[in-house]
Amino acid sequence: MANEYIPFLSKIKEIVKHTETEYTFRMTYVGDVRPGQFFEVSIPKYGEAPISVSGIGEDYVDLTIRKVGKVTGEIFELNEGSSFFMRGPYGNGFEKENYQGKELIVVAGGTGVSPVRGVISYFGEHQNEVKKLHTILGFKSPSDILFREDLKKWEQQMDLILTVDSSDDDSYRTGLVTKYIPELEPDNIHETAAIVVGPPVMMKFAVAELLKLGMKEEQIWISQERKMCCGLGKCGHCRMNDTYICLDGPVFCYSEGKKLFD
Amino acid sequence: MGKRFNNDEMQKIFEILQESYDVYGPRIYQGTGCFSDTDVIRYGRLDSWEELVWDQKSDYSFKEVLFPISETILYFTENEMKTADGAARQRLIFLKSCDFHALKRLDEMYLKNGAEDYYYRRMRENTVFAVMGCKESGKNCFCVSMGTNRCEEYDMYIFQDEKGCYMELRCRELEELLWDYGQNVQEEPTFVEKNEVHVEVPEKLPDTIHQDSMWQEYGSRCIGCGRCNFVCPTCTCFTMQDIFYKDNPKAGERRRVWASCQVDGYSDIAGGHSFRQNQGERMRFKVLHKISDYKKRFGYHMCVGCGRCENVCPEYISYIACLQKLKEKEGK
Repeated sequence: MANEYIPFLSKIKEIVKHTETEYTFRMTYVGDVRPGQFFEVSIPKYGEAPISVSGIGEDYVDLTIRKVGKVTGEIFELNEGSSFFMRGPYGNGFEKENYQGKELIVVAGGTGVSPVRGVISYFGEHQNEVKKLHTILGFKSPSDILFREDLKKWEQQMDLILTVDSSDDDSYRTGLVTKYIPELEPDNIHETAAIVVGPPVMMKFAVAELLKLGMKEEQIWISQERKMCCGLGKCGHCRMNDTYICLDGPVFCYSEGKKLFD
Repeated sequence: MGKRFNNDEMQKIFEILQESYDVYGPRIYQGTGCFSDTDVIRYGRLDSWEELVWDQKSDYSFKEVLFPISETILYFTENEMKTADGAARQRLIFLKSCDFHALKRLDEMYLKNGAEDYYYRRMRENTVFAVMGCKESGKNCFCVSMGTNRCEEYDMYIFQDEKGCYMELRCRELEELLWDYGQNVQEEPTFVEKNEVHVEVPEKLPDTIHQDSMWQEYGSRCIGCGRCNFVCPTCTCFTMQDIFYKDNPKAGERRRVWASCQVDGYSDIAGGHSFRQNQGERMRFKVLHKISDYKKRFGYHMCVGCGRCENVCPEYISYIACLQKLKEKEGK
């Protein structure tokens, strides 16, 4: 009988520092994993924390971690070459089949960019698999911007709109992501798919804007962030209605996802 | 077909059971009640047959025997991680029919919803269940309404009356142990067939029920103590918790401890966002789980009608009255 609670040790291959409190840890991992899934990372004696997969390679996964608590505080003390524990991956993640052959719109805000980074990178590198790729990313301020290296690449690969809520620096677009959705002009709205990930309020209004564009609920996917203590459908914290976010989500088609309430 | 034992024989039978099992059942913990000079009836290891409480409902359910309030799952030393050992001996748990039905709910969550839970499985496989027939319904019991008053798939059925005990065995191991004792008799197991409280569970709640103003009332009344969750035999939530030892910070353990959806922090996520900050919303989350959301997922109600949450609430919030209010909203 397998004990799903026992984590494995994974080595930090590389650390990319985006901001003072947000780093991406490239962790040794070989196995099936999808963007949007998550791992429970842990430092024994401090605890576990659910972290979504922000990038995938042949022998690694990227975990973009914000330093907000005991566990993540300890992880930030570690250097390249040292290790921490992980178990997973958990959840359904994004299935690329839902977006292939379509015009894809990705709208993400703040740390919500992490779970979709894998999707954006994949279709950025496999542009023939989508008709067109629009990406709208929003951050609070220029100093909160994540994945700057990727942004340079993405700018070349797709229609990228980067916006910050406010800034003294004129070189940045300002305003919420919702401001830029009406400007999108998909060639055929019926063959378009959208992914929206971010804080609950941002998702609500971004979806509303997409619906105004003429998209149907079935064409929109969202990812729900909830407290996930076990990742195994046991601890109960992530439940919404009859749904366990850690098992049935965190990615939902909006036509289903909209029925869930806290 | 079953056996009859007189009261003197039962202590002997108990001792035989003790040789093979750690025997758990509801017992009185004197002076540990909520108020001064009051007792608590909860589950613990029984040292004699006399200790088993028959005539009152236990304040807490059997679930803490299978799923301890705080359970160490891993031990950490400097570079090592070790799975905590399970119970050394087999266990026998005395419980009533409602709680035996609650066992099915615990199994559903821990064995079927997602991957199997190693610790629960280990404990479960090592445990046999003895259903105690209720002579009469207890305070706020509504097992008949929930269809949990009768059960069949127990390992042992036992009923106590003036003459002694009637017992049925449906587990080979127990049969072998007790084969030579008692008198074979032709009797039927007794179950409660009527409760003072009758509850009609709403089966067709409107989709907007979560927005109903009825929940607001609980917002000002509920103090968020979580007792209703802790006494419930079907609540299964827990939180993972790591600790290190004060006298040796290099060693420590990972535990899981019971969690309550009524208590602050239950839904908090990193970065400060929390869901359901109002107690009214938390009440709605709990009640709809018991009589609606769980059923949507698993096909039968979570609530078994034991009435413990009704009895324990320090604010006299009535779960039964809440179900009645919901019934009135049905179809609207």
